[in-house]
Amino acid sequence: MRKLGVIVNPVAGMGGRVGLKGSDGIEILEKARKMGAKPEAPRRAAEALKVIANIKDQIKVYAYPHEMGADECLEAGLEPEVIGSIKSGATRPEDTMEAARLMVAKEVDLILFAGGDGTARNIHTAIGANNIPVLGIPAGVKIHSAVYAINPRSAGEVASLYLQGKVVEIKEAEVMDIDEEAFREGRVNARLYGYLRVPVERRVQSVKSGAHSEQAEIQGMAADVVANMEPDTLYIIGPGTTTRSIMERLGLEYTLLGVDVVLNKQLLQLDVGEEQLFNLVEQHKGNARIVVTAIGGQGHIFGRGNQQISPRIIRKVGKNNITVVASRDKLVALQPHPLLVDTGDPDLDQELSGYVRVVTGWEDSIMYRVSNDAG
Amino acid sequence: MARQQRKLLRDNYHQARWDEPIIFEMSVPGERGVLVPMASEEIASQVGDGASAIPASLRRKKAPALPEVNQMRVNRHYYHLSQETLGTDVTLGISEGTCTMKYSPKVQEHMASRHPGIVEVHPHQDPETMQGLLEIYYKVEQFLKEVSGMDAFSLQPGGGAHAVYTNASIIRAYHRARGDHKRTEIITTMFSHPCDAATPNTAGFKVITLMPDESGYPDLEAMKAALSERTAGIMITNPEDTGIYNPRIEEYVRAAHAVGALCSYDQANANGMLGIHRAKEANFDLVHFNLHKTFSAPHGSMGPATGAVGVKEFLKPYLPVPRVEFDGQKYTLNYNYPESIGKVRTFFGNANVVLKTYMWIMQHGADGLKEAAICSVLNNQYFMKKISQIPGVVIPYAKGKRRLEQVRYSWEKLMQDTGVGTDDVNRRLVDFGIEHYWTSHHPWVVPEPFTLEPCESYNKEDMDEYIEVLQQISKEAYEDPDFVKKAPYKAASHRPTHSAIDDPELIAVTWRQYQKKKGLRK
Repeated sequence: MRKLGVIVNPVAGMGGRVGLKGSDGIEILEKARKMGAKPEAPRRAAEALKVIANIKDQIKVYAYPHEMGADECLEAGLEPEVIGSIKSGATRPEDTMEAARLMVAKEVDLILFAGGDGTARNIHTAIGANNIPVLGIPAGVKIHSAVYAINPRSAGEVASLYLQGKVVEIKEAEVMDIDEEAFREGRVNARLYGYLRVPVERRVQSVKSGAHSEQAEIQGMAADVVANMEPDTLYIIGPGTTTRSIMERLGLEYTLLGVDVVLNKQLLQLDVGEEQLFNLVEQHKGNARIVVTAIGGQGHIFGRGNQQISPRIIRKVGKNNITVVASRDKLVALQPHPLLVDTGDPDLDQELSGYVRVVTGWEDSIMYRVSNDAG
Repeated sequence: MARQQRKLLRDNYHQARWDEPIIFEMSVPGERGVLVPMASEEIASQVGDGASAIPASLRRKKAPALPEVNQMRVNRHYYHLSQETLGTDVTLGISEGTCTMKYSPKVQEHMASRHPGIVEVHPHQDPETMQGLLEIYYKVEQFLKEVSGMDAFSLQPGGGAHAVYTNASIIRAYHRARGDHKRTEIITTMFSHPCDAATPNTAGFKVITLMPDESGYPDLEAMKAALSERTAGIMITNPEDTGIYNPRIEEYVRAAHAVGALCSYDQANANGMLGIHRAKEANFDLVHFNLHKTFSAPHGSMGPATGAVGVKEFLKPYLPVPRVEFDGQKYTLNYNYPESIGKVRTFFGNANVVLKTYMWIMQHGADGLKEAAICSVLNNQYFMKKISQIPGVVIPYAKGKRRLEQVRYSWEKLMQDTGVGTDDVNRRLVDFGIEHYWTSHHPWVVPEPFTLEPCESYNKEDMDEYIEVLQQISKEAYEDPDFVKKAPYKAASHRPTHSAIDDPELIAVTWRQYQKKKGLRK
């Protein structure tokens, strides 16, 4: 019998409706409540859980107390075992983290959580190196992480399929978070915190189309990039799981969340900061090339999680020396939205807009639109 | 006399279900289908027993591991299996969008399997002794030249993807002959058939794919950004598999020619355009047709098929050899084309497919071909209008723009409203005697897709039956989604698990493999 862990962040999303751009922090939460904000997450969680209730006899459910999971489970018709303790009405991020830790200890097969980027971050911190898959019910203000289903109902369906063993593919999805203070001041400053493992509902393909493997295509892409690497050229490898495949093909150490530098197929520097990277580029006698992929749920190739590759570095390297890599599935999922650039320099963003050739496989690429505006 | 409206929905349909064993499991030691008569002693003493004339190195040491089953049981066995499948003879091939499942006239099948002019001919015979067959090849080439406006055709490739690969090879040969070694890229589009990307990639080109713009047409601005002196050619399907015809196709061709690239037209979806639109007037340099789709040689079961490749005069030297030629008196096979890309298929292609094409075109005539195109488009307009009215269906892209002979629909609304998606509908279809429909090539840009193509062969009643089935399933989805999700109920096989198909531990493709995995054999 598979085990499901349910965690709801009851205050997620409260900042949104009243325009506060987030609800991290007690003061902001107070402000939101004063402005009349009502909790959104519990309702959305219940919507997802109602779908799961269809298979309630096949699974065992653990829930955090009261409004952090138990209430929503009961409303949906589930009979959870309640674990942990909270101060009802005064929940904090620490509660989310403790909940996740307890679920891991119970060895659940899936953690279903309702919340936003902040909640995803908390779960990520708590889970640590553990490989337990999670799935997010979107209920926050900031949904930049890629760990969510499209909507609560879909979350319930994917979770049900996974718990019945009907879904076997797991993807690594980015956990992002935006600095809320900066966001309120009009600046977007997003960090890539890491990756969580998320079940993917596998689409059954008809025989005529043949089998499809995203992994195989990414391997082909990595082979293509490596085969085209030129001697004495500095390669600035951006963060992400897609670019990781390039480092793996080279057999080099790498940082998943950081920017690494490669020269003549050898590792030059791991996890460089902006200053260090600029000096490297300036002092290098020869060409440089930036290799990046789309990070986060909105498809940013610059500006989310790779701010170390700053405008001055992009200008120095030259916009004709940028290689964008991505899986074809990622681009198709992004359609019709363009890839986005948000370097912090609006003129540079404008120059980078247009079309870019995204390497998607061995000698295979897609011509994709890049924009400085998500609209 | 007014036609009586009869019930179209086959809700009493039930497929045969035979619990049929694998033929090897039917084997009874000693049972035989045929007892081969041995030569009499008198004959054997004069000319030998026949078998001894076969060189020892070719003779088997052990008897073949064939199942021992008599004729009657073999016959019954395969009839049972055929009753558990749904093919175009028994169901509505409207399901197979992009496949153009029109009627393959039985008279053609009869001729191709019995007429001595094809059945008793060997491809290694002297061409002088197969003039009739060569005449048919020659005439089919002339017909296709007229249909497309191209100057020369090869009927050698064994299928559509093979034809596109042949075209990619011709493009490569052309640039090489020009001494231009920079031409390493081919551009195609996301809604073209996947072979328009895969086959040039296999032929050594780097492939750039264009996404559709908001209207559903390939993004022209993206194409202009992708075109360069490194572009060897563009390879596109039009109308695309969504049924959307790109009326600005000539602009794409112009842009490609401006950088010195060639333009190859994938005309797999030619059925709505015969006698109406030609590759020549759109300025394409190469073209291909699927003779087993548009021209009725049956489509499916892994062939046989033919991808007819057509080119403008300046590319004729590169076509595969041999070419069938006529000097006014005799038909000959000409291998003397030094710049040819060579052979792409054994002998000179699938002769029976070319024969059926010839018969089909002759039965239709030029005006008949055009009528077939018009009927297929007309059928599709009626069909599309009706399907669009079914709750849960949306038709994405090119809103308000006409489709030609097929449409890619989406059950996205049905999925959102009821949780029932295209795979669920597909499983329920079978309960009404309709074969699984074609969803979409990968990747599924259109969500919850299904692609349907009425062709000219299906009449209004056929289409109305299909529409009623989808209406019924939509109704069931809104009223009782779980009922639809647990289908099929009346098929030969219930709910095959697809994950098993992908698991190498659970697959067996030979009897020996099967026995080993079941532990029936060491």
